[in-house]
Amino acid sequence: MNNHQFHHTQTAHCESGVISNLLGHHGLKISEPMAFGIGAGIFFAHLPFVKVNGVPGTTYRIWPGAIFQRVCKRLGVRMETAKFSSPEKGMAALDHVVSSGTPVGLLSSVYYLPYFPPSYRFHFNAHNLVVYGKRDDQYLVSDPVMDTVTEIDPASLAQARFAKGFPAPKGKMYYPVHVPGKASFEKPIKEGIAQTCHYMLKIPFPMFGVKGIRFLANRVKNYPEKVGERKSALYLGNIIRMQEEIGTGGAGFRFVYAAFLQESAVLLNKPELSRLATELTQAGDLWRNFAFSAGRVCKSRSADNVSYKELSEMLIQCAAAEETFFKKLAKI
Amino acid sequence: MKKDEVPQDSDNLHEGTFKQIMYAVDNSGNYVQVQSAGWEPENIALTQAWEEVNEKVAAAKVLVQSGEISPVAYYMEKNLMDLALLANYVGKFQWQVKRHMKPAVFKRLSDKMLQRYADAFKISKEDLLHIK
Repeated sequence: MNNHQFHHTQTAHCESGVISNLLGHHGLKISEPMAFGIGAGIFFAHLPFVKVNGVPGTTYRIWPGAIFQRVCKRLGVRMETAKFSSPEKGMAALDHVVSSGTPVGLLSSVYYLPYFPPSYRFHFNAHNLVVYGKRDDQYLVSDPVMDTVTEIDPASLAQARFAKGFPAPKGKMYYPVHVPGKASFEKPIKEGIAQTCHYMLKIPFPMFGVKGIRFLANRVKNYPEKVGERKSALYLGNIIRMQEEIGTGGAGFRFVYAAFLQESAVLLNKPELSRLATELTQAGDLWRNFAFSAGRVCKSRSADNVSYKELSEMLIQCAAAEETFFKKLAKI
Repeated sequence: MKKDEVPQDSDNLHEGTFKQIMYAVDNSGNYVQVQSAGWEPENIALTQAWEEVNEKVAAAKVLVQSGEISPVAYYMEKNLMDLALLANYVGKFQWQVKRHMKPAVFKRLSDKMLQRYADAFKISKEDLLHIK
């Protein structure tokens, strides 16, 4: 039924980008920021005990898959999802669905995707992409963070889909089976905003939301004493990468979320959302200043306490700006 | 961030081909998508992450050549894996993989086990036994 050509649009973030591209294909136009906002994607958490290659984890977004679930639920989209016990079964199921002309979303590991520049290929297992066809034994891929469509060989795709580690994608694939032709965004936007404010302000643990930013600020201050020069730089580098490396749209998703608020201001006819968008842009700029200074500290490799203390203070400013912002947002 | 402030600090890490989308505001304050060729802090952080990897790989290579560890440890670093991930790929417990990193134990591994390691590292068994 949907035999028209898949339309690829490059986006900043893979998960909200795949949602936007897949639903758009089925006739429901939704921008990337709108998907991100309705899915309540913006977040913050610093988890020193969850270490990736020995470096404490920091995230600026909600956990992988959450945006997807929420958008589908709030818009009344029904998705067929499947995981597989073996690559053979997983690839056969993919072939079956793709041959009927339905584009399929896949979870994959970046490490095994040959079309990425080698320097980006780390073991990151929660990357989303769309396979929209097969030609001459090559899969046609729309990877939302790439500027054009590309192709991938079956062996690499199978490796990427069945990578091990955490979280193991287990060949997860998904495609919409029911998409409402027209959906009102009004209620989903409000629910998304309410959920976001709750997550940013109300989680009663120090590692999450605005509290999490302050928590990170405190840890950063003591990095040089606690873990030494070399590790301090690595830890900082990881924070920068989580904030700015492919997929965040800048300032750890803060700008994408501001774009969502701007779009919502028009849809809901609430100009105050547009003013809040400007406020969040300013908070995002604070984050960018932090990343810039942190980059310089990384490069100089001089772990003097002064610079780490300054970075810590910059984070506290970010936390203050976000606290004010989310408190205002919660009242709308 | 303004549209004309979107950084274009390209370096060889992007290989000139890869541009990511950033969100920035135009002159009338509206958000638009802008392609970015990269940004200095991100490039620094990524370079630093690779330097760390390369140092670990080089250190492991020296230890393999002096007979202190087995090639399993070297290829683990080369494939950016940690013990947990590698153990998962070869279907063993972490302590078992750790044992296989001892040259004496590695020498006695069965062909089947060597093949599993070779598959996990996407190399031939020959390359597993003799690191380059």
